[in-house]
Amino acid sequence: MPQNRRVIVVGGGLAGLAASLRVAEAGFVVDLFSLVPVKRSHSVCAQGGINACNEVARQQGYSEYEHFDETIYGGDFLAHQPPVYEMAHWAPRIIDLLDRMGVPFNRTAEGQRDLRLFGGSLYKRTHFAGATTGQQLLYALDEQVRRWETEDKVNKYEYWEFLAPVIDNNGSCKGIVAQDVRTMQIRAFRADAVVMCTGGCGMIFGKSTNSVMCTGAAASRCYQAGAWYANGEFIQVHPTAIPGADKLRLMSESARGEGGRLWVPRTKADKRKPGDIPEAERLYFLEEKYPKYGNIVPRDIATREIFDICVNQGLGVGGGNMVYLDLTHMGREYLEMKLGGILEIYRKFAGEDPIEVPMKIFPGVHYTMGGLWTQYTPKDDLHGIESGAPNSMMTNINGLFAFGEVNYQYHGANRLGANALLSCIFDGLFCGAGVNSYVSSHLYESATDLDQRIFDEPVAIEQAKIDRLVSASGDENPYQIGIELGVVMTKGNTVVKSAVPLEEALNNVQSLQERYTNLGLADTAMWTNQNLAYARALGDMLKLAEVLVQGSINRKESRGAHYRTDYPKRNDDDYLKTTVASFDIDSQRPQMRFEAVEIGLVPPRERTYGMVQQENKGEDQKASNPNAATATS
Amino acid sequence: MVADTSIRTVRFRIRRQDAPDGPPRWELFDVPVATGANVISCLQWIAANPTTVDGKKTTPIIFDAGCLEEVCGACTMVINGKVRQSCSCLVDAYAPHDGNILTLEPMTKFPVVRDLMVDRARLFSSLTQIKAWIPIDGTYDLGPGPQDTPMGQQVRYKLSECMSCGCCLEACPQYNIEHDESKWETAFIGAHAISQARLFNDHSTGKVLSDDRLEALMGKGGVSDCGNAQNCVEVCPKDIPLTESIAAIGRAITVHSIKRFFSGT
Repeated sequence: MPQNRRVIVVGGGLAGLAASLRVAEAGFVVDLFSLVPVKRSHSVCAQGGINACNEVARQQGYSEYEHFDETIYGGDFLAHQPPVYEMAHWAPRIIDLLDRMGVPFNRTAEGQRDLRLFGGSLYKRTHFAGATTGQQLLYALDEQVRRWETEDKVNKYEYWEFLAPVIDNNGSCKGIVAQDVRTMQIRAFRADAVVMCTGGCGMIFGKSTNSVMCTGAAASRCYQAGAWYANGEFIQVHPTAIPGADKLRLMSESARGEGGRLWVPRTKADKRKPGDIPEAERLYFLEEKYPKYGNIVPRDIATREIFDICVNQGLGVGGGNMVYLDLTHMGREYLEMKLGGILEIYRKFAGEDPIEVPMKIFPGVHYTMGGLWTQYTPKDDLHGIESGAPNSMMTNINGLFAFGEVNYQYHGANRLGANALLSCIFDGLFCGAGVNSYVSSHLYESATDLDQRIFDEPVAIEQAKIDRLVSASGDENPYQIGIELGVVMTKGNTVVKSAVPLEEALNNVQSLQERYTNLGLADTAMWTNQNLAYARALGDMLKLAEVLVQGSINRKESRGAHYRTDYPKRNDDDYLKTTVASFDIDSQRPQMRFEAVEIGLVPPRERTYGMVQQENKGEDQKASNPNAATATS
Repeated sequence: MVADTSIRTVRFRIRRQDAPDGPPRWELFDVPVATGANVISCLQWIAANPTTVDGKKTTPIIFDAGCLEEVCGACTMVINGKVRQSCSCLVDAYAPHDGNILTLEPMTKFPVVRDLMVDRARLFSSLTQIKAWIPIDGTYDLGPGPQDTPMGQQVRYKLSECMSCGCCLEACPQYNIEHDESKWETAFIGAHAISQARLFNDHSTGKVLSDDRLEALMGKGGVSDCGNAQNCVEVCPKDIPLTESIAAIGRAITVHSIKRFFSGT
């Protein structure tokens, strides 16, 4: 094995840390880059849990195959099926591994791992650590990576920002250009493979449930360097977030999985306190419309129903844009043990106790289903993907991989709750083995032997870019443009879309791009200049925003999180396809095309979740075990 | 919006510093604040409107931020003299009356990078020092981990919520700023790392390294440097029972020392 080979991992969330472990364990050196200390990555925000088939659910009729089927159905058949099949079958092993790493998963009286119900399933198959599961998983992986650091197999570059991939004359990725955001030093780093684990792009929408570093800039920089970007139009809007001035704070789906109920007063703008409104005068809108799944329908459906109740029917609480998420019928001790972390967030930011008073929530931008386009090697019968295949989640650029949320695979048109943590860790561990194969076997010369000029050139380009920004004397404030971009994108390209507002959004994004050329920075210092870093990221966000909107315009159907009032039905004949955008350097615009989806295992069926009056006879039978939801503790 | 959005003006007094070697200076900003707003949203407003109360153009404030929901630990700073996360700091609670001033300062126990941003590398280095990990055999599938009781899980979960924010260190009279990295191992390590040692010693696989962790906490800079001021537990945003952890590790060290004495190692 060539021991001098190095791998760069960009991003230290769950995917990046899991990949680092897998690569370090194989004996290669990992250079791990992160904008923030990796322990502060956005994965900490994940609350509810991580899905996997387990023995209790299995004995009720659940299986890895069911988990696979739910994920495909939840994603409205847009996900390629072989990778999802593999992920679902790997899930129980991932839970065991995390358990061995010391993740404090909640326990039953007997000491087994406890389970909870989550959206899109009738079986308890979600493992959890209180209501801060993402934080606990991230910490476990962070601890293991720290251990490899002491053995000099992982070098962390925290507070370093990825600026561009370095691509050699054969079109292979051989390193990155990065900047120390404190000293502002820009330099190139050599590597035989680069793994992007940079998460989603929620900040493009201004306020979202994402952390401040989730700008999508890193993905955009890869896209501008020639990597394809897929399914940009699929952005998950989480049904339950707490509105705030600076961000929308997630209120986990586990609140509903544990028994939380969504309702509004049946009377418009009812002035009474929620506790004074009798049962009969409350509209439990999800339970009435979807008696089988009730409050745990998938996120896209719950979001549209809340939107419909508030915006179209005017039934929102107090006439505004919010509905009640009610836990008050449940016991304090139970809630504190199962949901303590998220109840605390509500208390801190809304100033009320959700055990006493129903929470007031509204949908917020949450997850990026789309991302960098990637490949895989299916097994001959499509039941899974080949372990250790060197193209495992590799982009169209040789040696440039994309893992975790920045990868467009697994979730199709809508992600199921508690599948994100799974897909991030699965990518890192399973596809990390593919990275190892790639660096052991690839035919081209090692990055250490390459001509220095290949690295100097992109450094000079990045240096010129910041010189331009610092010396610009325009009168536009980047933060102001960022706020406007958020408004434009949220208005035209989220829950409900149609042709005219989408065209308007595209025009607005383009005029913001125009205004971006007239920036003036308040801060021109060459030491820890966040103003400059933000301004640079904003340019990349504007480029990616165009991909997102153009994808929405081109997809003339409704599927999963992408809902168009002018094309309200799913159209498999024309659009059961992946949207692929590539950056055209001359026009600086995306070129769009469609590509077939691998659906060889589960044929597409109508996606109704047993909605009253639309139930398709014969559908969903296998998922209708009435005992499953209540059988475990 | 959850609350009504009447806007009032609140004055912010912010301690700024352009570089690690200073010098510090104060700048004042008048920020329009809606009911329910937090400190971060005010810093974001200043970034988009960087003008002081005297009408002087200035630069946006540099500060660390991440999740904005008090789970990542990034945005820790000193607000009106109290260390805490700025995301969960509601302006109405800290400046309830007209004329109240909100003062923002960087933490004092870590070197300032710029403005409100400090370098907390030492905090993470302490976690390496006490081997804050479970020594597993690798990432291949070897079956489940050890079972745990619900009570055991609740204790470990609480300890494991530590987000390495540094509040307990800022408030500790025994923990002092140390620029010289070579002295980190012998300067007081602080409550967070002691509590993490307890977390991993409590785990049935993690306790394999228990002796190493106790050794790291026995000498200079270890548990005996704790002055029992108990400030740590008061400021911990996650209510982690830090003083219990210090006591537990103190007892474990006593037992460990006696064993070591009798085994002659």
